Amino acid sequence: MTVKVTAEPLDPWAEVSTYQQEQPSLAGQFGATAIFVGTMRNLNEGEVVRSMTLEHYPGMTEKYLEKVSTEAAGRWAILDSLVVHRVGGLQPDDPIVVVAVWSAHRAAAFDACRFIIDELKTRAPFWKQETTAHGQRWVEKNT
Amino acid sequence: MSISVKYFASIRERLNRSEEILDTDGIGTAADVWIRATGEDLPANLLVAINQEHARVSDPVRDGDEVAFFPPVTGG
Repeated sequence: MTVKVTAEPLDPWAEVSTYQQEQPSLAGQFGATAIFVGTMRNLNEGEVVRSMTLEHYPGMTEKYLEKVSTEAAGRWAILDSLVVHRVGGLQPDDPIVVVAVWSAHRAAAFDACRFIIDELKTRAPFWKQETTAHGQRWVEKNT
Repeated sequence: MSISVKYFASIRERLNRSEEILDTDGIGTAADVWIRATGEDLPANLLVAINQEHARVSDPVRDGDEVAFFPPVTGG
């Protein structure tokens, strides 16, 4: 189980591929991988969004990403999980987050992946600030 | 007692500071920390963490605690 917060550009497919190859405990064991990728859109609340800045609470963020990953591992029979979340400046089409879950069979991977992203969105301390033609605004509700 | 206070996102911007140390007595709860540190009433939708755990504004704080105030989270 690994969680990462990064201010560098995120390539979700490379993250998942590299992580999977580097986990000897997964070799030969996983029959299912569920992956969720959250990506920045260029429209929110009816306005064109030019760019976005993601702020977080260093320390608490990692703690909550680990907490939800651990809770998922307690509820479903999963082999491993990976969460990588961006902070800093983003442009439309940039990946914001990747959640990957490996399990023997698909149901556990799907359910745990859904749980991790849903819980992350309500509990992990990240905040989005968007730049539109009218300036900057904080996103006030998560969809 | 000494409390480390942190502010994030729209609250940090509005208060124009990200952290401060509150050295004072007579603080019982996270709500007391907010009122003493900012001089404001509690805003609607204010979230609080005590020592990097989600908490309620009515939760107790102790000497040396880190208390953070922020709006609803919007990650993912």
